[in-house]
Amino acid sequence: MNNPAFDLLMWARGPGFDIALVIFVGGIVLRLFEISILGRKRDLAPAKGNGFLQGLKTIFSRSVPREGLVKFAPVTYIGGYVFHIGFFVAFFFFAPHIALIDDAFGISWPAAGRVIIESVTALTVLALLALTYSRFTDPVRKSLTTFDDYLVLLLSALPLITGYVAVNKLFGDPTMMLAVHLLTVEALMIAFPFTKLMHAVSFVLSRYYNGSIQGRKGAES
Amino acid sequence: MANKPLLPEMMKTHGVSRRAFLKYCASLTSLMALSPAMVPRVAKALESAPRPSVIWLSFQECTGCTESITRSHSPTIEDLIFNSVSLDYHHTLQAASGHAAEAAREQAMKDNYGKYLLVVDGSIPIKDPGYSCIAGISNLDMLKETAAGAAAIVSVGTCAAYGGVGHANPNPTGAVAVSEIITDKPIINVPGCPPIPVVMTGVLAHFLTFGIPELDALGRPKAFFGESIHDRCYRRPFYDKGKFAESFDDEGARGGWCLYKLGCKGPTTHSACATVKWNNGVSFPIEAGHPCLGCTEPDFWDNGGFYKPLSVPSGDYRKMGLAAIVGGAAIGTASALLSKAGKAKAVKAHETVNAHDLEKSS
Amino acid sequence: MTATLERGLNALREQIDAPVASFFTSCVSCGLCAEACLFYRETEDPQYTPIKKLDLMRRVWSREFTLLGRIGGWLGLTKPVTDADLTAWETLVYDSCTMCGRCTLVCPVGNDLTMMIRKMREGMSASGHGPVELIGAAQRHIDGNSAMGDLSKAIHAQVKNAVEAAGIPIEFDKPGVDYMVILSAQEIAEFPDVLSAMARIFKKADVTWTISNAAFEATNVGIQLGSRDIARTLVQRVVDAAESLGVKGVISPECGHAYQALRWEGPNLIGRAYNFEVIHIIELLDQLRAQGKLKTKGKNSRKLTFHDPCQINRRGGINKEPRRLMNMVAENFVETEDAGTMNWCCGGGGGVGANERAAPLRNIAFKRKKAQIDKVNPDAIVTMCAYCHHTLDNVLEEFNMEQEVLGLTELVAEYLDEDA
Repeated sequence: MNNPAFDLLMWARGPGFDIALVIFVGGIVLRLFEISILGRKRDLAPAKGNGFLQGLKTIFSRSVPREGLVKFAPVTYIGGYVFHIGFFVAFFFFAPHIALIDDAFGISWPAAGRVIIESVTALTVLALLALTYSRFTDPVRKSLTTFDDYLVLLLSALPLITGYVAVNKLFGDPTMMLAVHLLTVEALMIAFPFTKLMHAVSFVLSRYYNGSIQGRKGAES
Repeated sequence: MANKPLLPEMMKTHGVSRRAFLKYCASLTSLMALSPAMVPRVAKALESAPRPSVIWLSFQECTGCTESITRSHSPTIEDLIFNSVSLDYHHTLQAASGHAAEAAREQAMKDNYGKYLLVVDGSIPIKDPGYSCIAGISNLDMLKETAAGAAAIVSVGTCAAYGGVGHANPNPTGAVAVSEIITDKPIINVPGCPPIPVVMTGVLAHFLTFGIPELDALGRPKAFFGESIHDRCYRRPFYDKGKFAESFDDEGARGGWCLYKLGCKGPTTHSACATVKWNNGVSFPIEAGHPCLGCTEPDFWDNGGFYKPLSVPSGDYRKMGLAAIVGGAAIGTASALLSKAGKAKAVKAHETVNAHDLEKSS
Repeated sequence: MTATLERGLNALREQIDAPVASFFTSCVSCGLCAEACLFYRETEDPQYTPIKKLDLMRRVWSREFTLLGRIGGWLGLTKPVTDADLTAWETLVYDSCTMCGRCTLVCPVGNDLTMMIRKMREGMSASGHGPVELIGAAQRHIDGNSAMGDLSKAIHAQVKNAVEAAGIPIEFDKPGVDYMVILSAQEIAEFPDVLSAMARIFKKADVTWTISNAAFEATNVGIQLGSRDIARTLVQRVVDAAESLGVKGVISPECGHAYQALRWEGPNLIGRAYNFEVIHIIELLDQLRAQGKLKTKGKNSRKLTFHDPCQINRRGGINKEPRRLMNMVAENFVETEDAGTMNWCCGGGGGVGANERAAPLRNIAFKRKKAQIDKVNPDAIVTMCAYCHHTLDNVLEEFNMEQEVLGLTELVAEYLDEDA
């Protein structure tokens, strides 16, 4: 006799994860090669500042918004921060996830408690809802939004929601919900390299380029 | 066999008081997840239950399930329950051997046709029935033959319930569960490797008193398999606080912290271990410092490793990841070269823009 | 040869490199670039969202520079960019973007949108979608000596006036001097006082300089129109003149895009580094100040504020220098909100000021600058770009505002300590 939920979980932990991982890792590498091999011409103008160092600095400094801008797009800024920090905390500080990272890379760190993880997860989902709402209502967001944006919002929300449901046994068979959670993560992984999710990797390149272009001129970035 | 003594008489001979019997009925009632108001009914049913004939078939098994049952403390009421049935065939426990043993089985089947209870432990090989035979009869034949006259079947242990270790990858004998072969009889699965003794007796008691208990989708009595180990685990607060043992000899292990990271399958395992416990309620694996293996679930042998946390992929994903890096790099390079070729073509096609060229030909 | 769609698309293909690919990959269409954009902020029209202005280039990138996009193209899921698309984008790329660079500094993923607009204009111009005024300016400059036509007589007249006013000789085509000065056409036509100001300051500081008859015009419409070939020709003239005179350096005047063109794009356009340095006049004045060669006496007592030209500060890195000079000569120097790196554009940069079609939009966009000025309410606005100066003069008049606009070099020269 088989347990479909358990079988699904085993598939998600086994072949499913392998497939997703290959597309995720292979896709990211593919995209990075596709970008970086294009190269850029060496800048022949004598540099006034250190583009390399400012490029590196900008990778981090661009995480802080320019003064006075938050009030013009509060939903995007605040929702964006809550989502990114929340997703980061929920992913990197929930024990089962740390166990995965430990297994893959041999590094681990203390886990956060359930209260923290669950409240953060709930907040993160709320932030996603707010961001989605702004895509429907705000004229700028609305005019920019494509199918890709909604897909990415959905794919980001599903692991959070299914994870929350699985841990709290809100509904469904917990084994099944755990399997569904893994499958939603795998969907996210598969879509990652070929959708706007890729920004989570390529932002490093973009910020570096931005900072190095400005930095060479001795301008701020 | 007709004059088998009823339970009260047996209690008398074993020196068990009525008070102790009622206490047992109360605990059994709660185990079976029935209302306390049902205690008298349970007591009455047990007192007046006739001793049905039980045939216990052991196929591809390790005798662990039998060992488990015999670990019930003597004299205990569980013991009495077993004594209160007429165990007519059990080739480990019965005194008879050889032809006499087989004759006892055939006799019991004939005498109680359609009424006896069949208990099976062990999986059945179907790739080549010759892999496991008793008295020259293959397990498959013996099961089919014996099941034909059974009122119901109890598959004891994960092997009989779901195929268990015999069914584990690559399953050389083609081992299957009872339910894969017998489809026309009620089957109660009591999985576990082995099952908890009191759960086995509880299921038998339920069968004797109220018939087939309510089962889950995997044929397990909901009363005993309705909740996960994780939900009932005394170490759960550590999980909730994010405190985990990282190895078997670290501070966390000594402090009794959660064993999730050491591979505990509690979250996906349904069993009463954490509540009923083992050895007369002394302890259970997690309490003894070992992660749950998930032995009451189908295919628990193949769940990616006993010591791998549930959240860790079961396959050899690191190799896959490395291969993906190489593959991604190759395809990415090819794609980039294609892009560069297109760009080079554009550069080659570039005709110097003259200020007088800038108006469009219309 | 005429402009064609294919030439335009080829020009776009030539422009796509790793940074562009990375920028388009990183965009999550958050729309924050809109909040930074002068044109969106004043009109609240979502079509002016900077990243939207780049959509055609994004489509070319996606279809021809990504694996999935290529497959999508083969399957007919995406459409190639058409001439009609380019026509539709014309006003977005030329009229509603001054390449001020604010969006580049707020983009959370770090996209240099301004650089991409510069690149996109290459495709627009090569396909015949450049604004007529910019094309005309390019023709005048390529065929003559200035975007405004033939200014050779004008420059000689203005130099003559300056020599008279300052009582200091200014020599043309003098080899071996420290610097060759080039001027923005706007300065020659509207703000010639800068010549006598430089003459006086340099005299005091013992800086020798000259003006070349072959290349006295600093503006480079190739940068605004988006044509490397034209920009290269114009830069080459300055480089040839400077190298034949054997000067130590070329002084880039108070002109935003001229600084961008000669200092930053130039070497890349001609494919080599120069044999001389390029220094912005304000950078040089600040250097002289630091060396003690520039001393002032007295201060202007009026309430002065400073307008940062986008190409010189935000995209040129000259931020502290003008402020040090302001503090030398201004008693009551007040900064506006967002001053410095995030200053608001005057609305005339990037060729928008020359573009008649863009005039109504430009006037709406100026409201941002106006609000910034109104909040401080200065007596005069000082700047270091002749085109900002020109634009501010015009729109201040349009809005009936009283403020005077001053060039920083002239202001410094006014307080030059003649006795030191």
